[in-house]
Amino acid sequence: MGEILRDAWVVARKDLALELRTKTGLVSAAVFTALVLTVFNFGRDPTAVAALDLAPSILWVTFTFAAVLSLNRAFQLELENQALEGLLVSPIDRRSLYLGKLFANLIFVGLVEAVGLPLFALFFNIPIINILLPLAGLIAVATVGFVAVGTLLSALVIRVRFAELMLPVLLLPFLIPPLIGAVQVTARLLSGRPLSEVSGWLRLLLAYDLVFVSLATMLFSATVDE
Amino acid sequence: MTLKTRGRMITLLGLALLAGVYVRAIWFTPIERMQGGAQKIFYLHAPAAWSTLLAMCLVGLASILYLLMKDDRFDRFAAASAEVGTAFACVLLTTGPLWGKPVWGTWWTWDARLTLTLFLFFLFIGYQLLRGAIPEPGMRARYSAVLGIFGMVLVPFIHLSVYLFRTLHPQPIVLKPSAPSLPGDMLATLLFSFLAFTILYVGFVTQRYALGAQAKDPSHVG
Repeated sequence: MGEILRDAWVVARKDLALELRTKTGLVSAAVFTALVLTVFNFGRDPTAVAALDLAPSILWVTFTFAAVLSLNRAFQLELENQALEGLLVSPIDRRSLYLGKLFANLIFVGLVEAVGLPLFALFFNIPIINILLPLAGLIAVATVGFVAVGTLLSALVIRVRFAELMLPVLLLPFLIPPLIGAVQVTARLLSGRPLSEVSGWLRLLLAYDLVFVSLATMLFSATVDE
Repeated sequence: MTLKTRGRMITLLGLALLAGVYVRAIWFTPIERMQGGAQKIFYLHAPAAWSTLLAMCLVGLASILYLLMKDDRFDRFAAASAEVGTAFACVLLTTGPLWGKPVWGTWWTWDARLTLTLFLFFLFIGYQLLRGAIPEPGMRARYSAVLGIFGMVLVPFIHLSVYLFRTLHPQPIVLKPSAPSLPGDMLATLLFSFLAFTILYVGFVTQRYALGAQAKDPSHVG
């Protein structure tokens, strides 16, 4: 297990190094997130609907879009010069390869969310300081679920026609359970309710993460090996 | 008898039983006190839901078997089951609003189970889009198997969120921990309909499977 994780970290570091050298993906995704938040601001009537009522949906729809867009790049990167073949012949376990991609995607999406969250608080005047810790925890738990399924599905669609369109079409149905849970818990957090009210949702989110991370780790080899 | 003919026979049997369900539901089953005649649509709606879920689960199981044994027949079965599942999901999504309008007062509401059924439908569509987008058979079989397994695993999460999300949807009345709380006449009609829909599922899938086999090898008449 230790070796698998160590190799996974090597793969993740490679992806992150590539990303940090150009920063194109990261900056585009962060700007995209800011733009979606702005669009939301003009998509509501501020005199009729309070920002706080819409806040959970705005936050999670934005994060969902940002995650879906970011996930496209994970394996797209490997198509150039047949880099994927290079990865596949390297002496590392397929599970490490998947987990490495997962780590890199998590860090990537996490960074984008770290930019999005303060902007969200600023634009919609949402007081998140007091609930920052539980909110960050919730975002982390939900994001692991999103990205675990997304990383695997993005590996499926890269060699398929219309990959950019196919990924959201395949991925969004899978995001619905964690999305509903995340929105419910966020709404309770923002209205100052105790977390015990949403323990069911939290358990569902954790179970989702656990099941889909293990399933994707197991099935990843079927997506890359002939 | 070829597989296709056998599929046709089973489908005809299923359709005959379905006609029987209509006769029984319309003339021989009492009218529900609160919902009136609209409740009778349940005799189609609930069994369609069963067939849809059955289709999704069998897509998942066939996908697992395909990945384990790499036998094309499992892939062909999964493809057939997904197509038939899409058809049943359509029945589910049309009968639901027809019942919802008189009883809930609205064609559509973002009730948890309704929403998630819609997403199950999208899952079937996505599965078939993915199949359609990959020309190479081996890759298509592997990729769709992975997606099929994911789809099957998603179903319990869908079911769980039904209980967590405050829902307008009628709670399950047949498959629940205590005994079914439906009057005998209604229960009989419903179970009869479950049987008809299961046989229809088998009939459709058999025919579709035979067509798939024929498409792969035109000389094969099975």
